Amino acid sequence: MTLDEIVSAVRAAYDSHTPLRLRGAGSKDFYGGLLSGEVLDVSGHRGIVAYEPTELYITARCGTPLAEIETALAEKGQMLAFEPPHFGGATVGGCIAAGLAGPRRQQAGAVRDFVLGVKLVDGTGQVLNFGGQVMKNVAGYDVSRLIAGSMGTLGVIAEATLKVLPMPVAEQTLRFAMDEGEALTKLNQWGGQPLPISASFWHDGQLWLRLSGARAAVEAAAHRLGPNSTVDAQKTWISIREQTHSAFAGEPLWRLSLPSTVPALGVDGLRALEWGGAQRWYAAEPAAIREVAARLGGHAVLYRAPESQRCLEGAFAPLSPALLALHRRLKKAFDPRGILNPGRLYAEF
Amino acid sequence: MAKMTTNDKPDARTDLPALLRRLRLFLPAQCLLVDEEDLRPYECDGLTAYRELPLVVCLPETEGQVIDILRTCHDLGVPVVARGAGTGLSGGAMPHAQGVVLSLARFNRILRVDREARLAVVQPGVRNLAVSEAAAPFGLYYAPDPSSQIACTLGGNVAENSGGVHCLKYGLTVHNVLRIRVVSIEGEVFEIGSEALDAPGYDLLALMIGSEGMLGVVTEVTVKLVPNPELAQVVMASFADVAQAGDAVAAIIAAGIIPAGLEMMDKAATAAVEPFVKAGYDMNAEAILLCEADGTPEEVAEEIARVTEVLTAAGASDLRVSQSEAERLKFWAGRKAAFPAVGRITPDYYCMDGTIPRKRLAEMLSAIAGMERKYGLRCANVFHAGDGNLHPLIMYDASQPGNWERAEAFGAEILELSVALGGSITGEHGVGIEKINQMCVQYATPELEAFHRVKAAFDERGLLNPGKAVPSLHRCAEYGRMHVHHGEMKFPELERF
Repeated sequence: MTLDEIVSAVRAAYDSHTPLRLRGAGSKDFYGGLLSGEVLDVSGHRGIVAYEPTELYITARCGTPLAEIETALAEKGQMLAFEPPHFGGATVGGCIAAGLAGPRRQQAGAVRDFVLGVKLVDGTGQVLNFGGQVMKNVAGYDVSRLIAGSMGTLGVIAEATLKVLPMPVAEQTLRFAMDEGEALTKLNQWGGQPLPISASFWHDGQLWLRLSGARAAVEAAAHRLGPNSTVDAQKTWISIREQTHSAFAGEPLWRLSLPSTVPALGVDGLRALEWGGAQRWYAAEPAAIREVAARLGGHAVLYRAPESQRCLEGAFAPLSPALLALHRRLKKAFDPRGILNPGRLYAEF
Repeated sequence: MAKMTTNDKPDARTDLPALLRRLRLFLPAQCLLVDEEDLRPYECDGLTAYRELPLVVCLPETEGQVIDILRTCHDLGVPVVARGAGTGLSGGAMPHAQGVVLSLARFNRILRVDREARLAVVQPGVRNLAVSEAAAPFGLYYAPDPSSQIACTLGGNVAENSGGVHCLKYGLTVHNVLRIRVVSIEGEVFEIGSEALDAPGYDLLALMIGSEGMLGVVTEVTVKLVPNPELAQVVMASFADVAQAGDAVAAIIAAGIIPAGLEMMDKAATAAVEPFVKAGYDMNAEAILLCEADGTPEEVAEEIARVTEVLTAAGASDLRVSQSEAERLKFWAGRKAAFPAVGRITPDYYCMDGTIPRKRLAEMLSAIAGMERKYGLRCANVFHAGDGNLHPLIMYDASQPGNWERAEAFGAEILELSVALGGSITGEHGVGIEKINQMCVQYATPELEAFHRVKAAFDERGLLNPGKAVPSLHRCAEYGRMHVHHGEMKFPELERF
């Protein structure tokens, strides 16, 4: 599938006012607002366009599977540092559109932190190039990063350039037995110290902590963190990234994004903590969880849920009227007829 | 010195008495400047070649006053230019002749430093370095460190998405700000971002940071603080050839090392710096590299060993590793003093800010050498080598007729070559008014139109910092007519990105 074919499809939809449902591998069909519109499958627009290890970037077409990208990077000892989930066959376009990062987010940053440039087909079928392939670029508004997490509502990401980083020389995972409260206290204390913590995961009385960096630094940190057991955890971290770990079983699954220092909520259904306490997973049906999260300075995402619940409840926390109005104006700036993934981010647009 | 103006088209004249009547309803006398001698200090920012007197300077002390000022300007159709410390290098804070300068200088309080949550909440007029100073007792600091950090403010850093020598490893402002409070031109207050790691909806934080005061006025900033590294050490390497130094930079990255800082200076820069700072730079070298490792002592020792190995293999003619904190600071002192040092050997200098892929460095430096001959002006090069961000310092004498115009043309050619080499016209200083024409080179009409639509989504009447950052299509058409002769592009041999 060529860029021209994507452009023609969007133009035709624009002309006929036909809503489009953008789709890569469909690995995140469960995520966000309910699906609607005519499928525009862009998985055929694939392939790595440029990879320059010493310039620390990779440019790929939207349909390129993350697995293909990560294989190419691994050959040069590099990685996508935000450790995105694959959920089967995720593509780079869907990865950026959904903006989901994995365990290393707490150390390396979010998807948007690694987006250097995008080639976008806007809602009128126009091709727009934002950003580029250099690390620093402040010419013009940073539309490339705005696109990350926009759920395909601002344009078809036809191609993207991502910053890549070297893989750490050494990694080691430690396991501690502790309860939720102690884990949160410890994670916040450690976060204020120069320790090479690249991931954290608490579930059912156990805390896993991944150290990444120079070999000597990892060993020194492991020693400093005191009594614990060292585990071979490569598979565990993949199961956390992919949410195949039993902690993520059950629906509805809520993702709470909170200031890491918020103490244990005392709400039933806690499944796991990640990102030093800044990401928390709940699997029960806490009626008021959105209000709780908002009151504590964060927000709750209805991450996985049966369709019956997704019909009633938006996936993402509601916006203030002023912010919603601003979102609508921005949406209109890129997609004046509202044909791209309508309702996938918010029901209102 | 030539006087520059921003306007693409003559703006409506502001009814000054009517504006003052409205402003005086809520601003006490000490918050309002109208006399020419009081306005004069605001006529330019760090880019002194571009000057304009505003009609009025407002110095609000509360967010409520900011809201009222913006509402008033919106009602009356008066342009507003927000201003921090005025240290910017692209004329982003240059006033509008028919407008108000909105100075956030009195928003200078650090509201909260939270040790456990590792964040600070500050007002936009707080100086960059003051944040790290306030966090120091907790073993924390604010990572982005533009070289103007003793003076520049957080509000300005947000507007420009400022970087610094450590951003290769620690990121730019956009990677280190968690939340901002913004007042729109209509006087509406938005909270963007949060103390959590993300917020619902579009990533407006990414859009606002680096938007050069075009989308809103920031009244509060929450930044991330990071633990001070236990140790930092610098390797200083000499090279007999700039291309070799450029290759050495690529070799460090290829070896899987992301240093805390990776800076390069050419011979013209070290020659200016050494007599001034006595940093111990190798005066015979064509280029020197400074490569900093930070972290735990174990980590630093391991990285320094690997860097030393890579630089030796890359052909460094001399290598020195800082043996004490005092020596590390001495090595850096020269780099940090590069601008003032160049200022000592020339009446004026003009600092550029292009970014290029690192591998095109040697090509760029040899092109700059050619431009020195073409324009009859000297140029010293300092370079955030790790992230491909060049700061050529073009030396000129503003008192000589035609000198500034040549410096400006020299700078424009560097920027346009940066784009042609696959880079950008600005890595961290912003477009402002300075690079407004080069935006027409970096972006085509559809992207510029999209930027104007984004602007309109926030500021429909175009009252916030008009004429900056994004050129009108009319302006680009004019610039294109001046620059493209007989359908010939510049640098026709180069691939376009």
